[in-house]
Amino acid sequence: MITVHFFASLREKLGCATLELPHSAELDRVSALIATLATRQGSAWAQSLRDEKVLVAVNQEIATLDASLRDGDEVAFFPPVTGG
Amino acid sequence: MQPDIRVQPEDFSQEREVAALRARGGAVGAIVTFTGLVRDLDGEAAVHGLHLEHYPGMTEKSLRKIALEAAARWPLCDVTIIHRIGVLRGAEQIVFVGVSSAHRQAAFGACEFIMDYLKTSAPFWKKSLREDGEFWVEAKASDAAASERWRS
Repeated sequence: MITVHFFASLREKLGCATLELPHSAELDRVSALIATLATRQGSAWAQSLRDEKVLVAVNQEIATLDASLRDGDEVAFFPPVTGG
Repeated sequence: MQPDIRVQPEDFSQEREVAALRARGGAVGAIVTFTGLVRDLDGEAAVHGLHLEHYPGMTEKSLRKIALEAAARWPLCDVTIIHRIGVLRGAEQIVFVGVSSAHRQAAFGACEFIMDYLKTSAPFWKKSLREDGEFWVEAKASDAAASERWRS
């Protein structure tokens, strides 16, 4: 399984905090995960996840769209951070 | 150095945190602290408070990483980072960074570095609870620039 979390304004926009997808050979990178979610969930998701400001973390480390995914990984998408 | 990292809804006491940084004894010649507070104005709009959301697990990891990076750049004795989460009202404390070192230059530099990096890389998000509604706070270009200057 791949666990996917969404935070803050992105979570509200998508109406989803967490979902799980079975890992497969095609789901080998973050970019492939975005493509899968865009197909499965529709155009609002496609647009939100492809927003260039959106950040991605794999296993709680900031990652790029090229980052590879393995079964059991935790992926998160979120807007630029505003703590402090 | 093992940084003291806390992410919590509860308030903190600057006095107690400084006392803990002093407790290490004679090696500490300087302590620099930063405390961030909730402002009650967001531009022109009156603000009732903030809601702070975070990414449990990644938040603590990223704060630890920032503290260790500061310790690699400056000779530090101890680092304390406390960040509050949940609903905070005007004038409440949000964040505390305390750094101890033998000399002031390292403590000043490290404290500023930690805050600049925290603002751009620790996964916290503020929602402004205003009179006219609830609005997610947008990331500022000035914060990105402040963090970027440490790279050179």
